[in-house]
Amino acid sequence: MCLGIPALVVGITDARNKLGLVDVCGVRRQVNLACVIDAGQTPESCIGDWVLVHVGFAMSRIDATEARLTLELLQQLGEAQAELEALRAGAVEH
Amino acid sequence: MRFTDEFRDPDKARALVKEIDALARPLARARGTPLQIMEVCGGHTHTIFRYGLKSLLSEDVIEFVHGPGCPVCVLPMGRVDDCIALARDPAIIFATFGDAMRVPGSQGSLLQAKARGADVRMVYSPLDALAVARANPQREVVFFALGFETTMPSTALTVLQARREGVQNFSLFCNHITIIPTLKAILDSPELRIDGFLGPGHVSMVIGNRPYRFIAERYRRPIVIAGFEPLDLLQSLWMVIKQLREGRCAVENQYTRIVPELGNVPALAAVQEVFELREFFEWRGLGSIDHSGVRMRAEFAAFDAERKFSIPNLKIADPASCQCGAVLKGLIKPRQCKVFGSDCTPERPLGALMVSSEGACSAYYQYARFAEQAVEPDSGVPA
Repeated sequence: MCLGIPALVVGITDARNKLGLVDVCGVRRQVNLACVIDAGQTPESCIGDWVLVHVGFAMSRIDATEARLTLELLQQLGEAQAELEALRAGAVEH
Repeated sequence: MRFTDEFRDPDKARALVKEIDALARPLARARGTPLQIMEVCGGHTHTIFRYGLKSLLSEDVIEFVHGPGCPVCVLPMGRVDDCIALARDPAIIFATFGDAMRVPGSQGSLLQAKARGADVRMVYSPLDALAVARANPQREVVFFALGFETTMPSTALTVLQARREGVQNFSLFCNHITIIPTLKAILDSPELRIDGFLGPGHVSMVIGNRPYRFIAERYRRPIVIAGFEPLDLLQSLWMVIKQLREGRCAVENQYTRIVPELGNVPALAAVQEVFELREFFEWRGLGSIDHSGVRMRAEFAAFDAERKFSIPNLKIADPASCQCGAVLKGLIKPRQCKVFGSDCTPERPLGALMVSSEGACSAYYQYARFAEQAVEPDSGVPA
C-alpha cells in the first residue's frame, strides 16, 4: 500500500478529473494525476513524465533513470509482481 | 546531482556498514546497551529484513525497533468487526485494499466474512471502488479508507471526484491515521529508550519535513527521513548515528529525490478539504492516542459511512496472549512474544503484526526466525 511503483504517464483520459493513463512494464491503467500537476499547468503537461504511483494516484515526479532502476530492482526481487497484479486487476472497469 | 547507481552499489553498502559500526560502537559501549533506532515505517521494516540489513550490523551496536507505521497492523479488532457488520448488510458492497482482508477481528477476518457470503471486494485503488459504485447504482459502496498520510490524499481526491460527478451511493468508512501524534505518544512513553528515528519516506512525501521538528527540538532525538532501498536505509542510519556521535539533534532528509521540504501541496489541500482531526483514535497495541485519526468534515456527510449507516463502533480488547503493543514500542522482540510462531503465524495470524509483510512479526517470521533461534543462548542449538 505504501511502497508505490514507478510509472510512465502516456496520456490524459479525463482532464476535468485530472485522470491519465500510465504504463508500468506494459500494464496500463488510469491514475489520478492531481498531485503532480504544477500550479497553472494542464494535465497534458505530465505526459512523458515518470511518476511514483500509490494506490492509483501519482504522488511524486521521479527521474527517468531512477524510475527504470527502481523498476528493475523491484522486478528482480519479485516485489513488482503483487503491485503489477493489483494494477492489472484495476485496469479493467468493474 | 543524482546518485541513482550508487544507491545499489554493494561496495558502498559495505563501506557504510563499516562506517556505521565505527561511529556507533563507542556510543553503545559507553552505555552498555546497543543503540535503539526506530524505523517508523513498515516499508522500512520490510526492507531491513528483505535485504538482510539487520544481519549486516552487529547486534551489540545497533538494535532496530520496528515502529507503528504499518496501517493494517495497528487496526483494532473492533474496527474489523465494524467492517464486517457493514459488509453483512445486503445493501452494501464493501470495498477494501487487499492488505486489510486478512486482519483478524473477534469474529474472523473480512476474507472469512466474504467466504460466508458478505459482498467484500478487494480493490487496488479507491478510484476502483468509485467505479464499482458507478456500475452498481442500486447498491451502496463503502470503501474502507485506511492508511497514514500516504494514502489519505487518494481517498480525499476520490471523494471530491464522487461529489463532482454526483455519485450518491459511494462513501468512506474513514479510518485514516496520522503519524505525528503517534510518534509523540511513543516519545512520551515512560519506558522509552529509543535513541533516534528513521522517518517514513512516503508519509513525508505528502507532509514534508517540518512536522518532525518537535522530535529534535523538544525530545532531543535525531530523525532522518529515509528512502526504501537498502542503501537509502544504510545512509540514513549513518546520518542518525553521526548526529548522535556529534551530540546533535536535527531533522535531516536523506530521501530528497522524493521528499520536498513542504510536502505535496495539492495532496495536503485535498486532505484539508475533506478530513478533520478526531479527538482521539484507538490503536491496536497502543491504546487510545489523542488526535491520531481523522474523520470526514460535516459537509461531506453524504460520503461518510459513519453518518450514513449505523456502525456498531465495537470495542474489543486485544487478545490477552498477544503482545503487539510491547513489540510496537520496542520493549520486546517479536520472538519474545508467547504466541509468536505457535498460535500466531502469517497463515493464521492472531495479532495484526503478523498479517502484513510490513508487520514486524511477519518480517521476523519470514526472514529471521531461524537466525534468531540460532543465536539465542538458552536454545541449546549451536550457532
